[in-house]
Amino acid sequence: MEVPVLKQGPFLIATVQAALTDDDLIQLRGAMIQRVVTSRSQGVIIDVTSMDVMDSFASRTLREIAQMIRLRGAETVIVGIQPEVAFAMVQLGISLEGVVTALDLEEGLAYLNHMVKGET
Amino acid sequence: MSKSIRVPIHSDKDIVSARQEGRSVALKLGFSETDSTLIATAISELARNIVTYARHGEIRIRNLSNSSRQGIQVIAKDSGPGISNLRLALQDGYSTSGSLGLGLPGVRRLVDEFTIDSQAGEGTVVTIKKWKP
Repeated sequence: MEVPVLKQGPFLIATVQAALTDDDLIQLRGAMIQRVVTSRSQGVIIDVTSMDVMDSFASRTLREIAQMIRLRGAETVIVGIQPEVAFAMVQLGISLEGVVTALDLEEGLAYLNHMVKGET
Repeated sequence: MSKSIRVPIHSDKDIVSARQEGRSVALKLGFSETDSTLIATAISELARNIVTYARHGEIRIRNLSNSSRQGIQVIAKDSGPGISNLRLALQDGYSTSGSLGLGLPGVRRLVDEFTIDSQAGEGTVVTIKKWKP
């Protein structure tokens, strides 16, 4: 299941719409890096509201995406982690250390807007 | 509902099927959304271990009930290479596949009961149980 990616000004918004397999996550990683380069984006939002489970593989892949995008000089914000998913992540012992998270899309965009304004 | 559900595990797609099946059984048994997510997450980790280390195996999900309580049991079984050092595999941070290595200790924290039976060369059986509060 491919994750749709929308361009909104200097930002990209990827909205996960269903449970993702490992292959889907790897595909998302490749697609995001490529889109950040071709769109010269300054920020990326990955909306995971619909993700049923954030296991070790999913969180590792999201962290990799954020790190790769940071090396391109852009920032990634993960938004919409559900409370029960967050609870399971903590119990499992996985974290998204070094990755910015926000409550929802609106908060994520506010963060990126603030960041871009602060730079210029 | 005492029959067990068997999900064959051969690829990453089966990981998603197994955890969705587990969540659905847990919700039907009356587990909360949070507990059902813990169960689904545990299944996801166990199923991934099968795909990563053994390639093929299965997840069996069934309900548990005795006079005082109800719960869910998940068995992850494979005939893969097995785990040569169980004690080490249950330590946080240990991995032989270059992954995070939080798999088994993490899964153990998600559930109430955790048992593992593994012989090098003969495969691995992990059994987890979670009881309704």
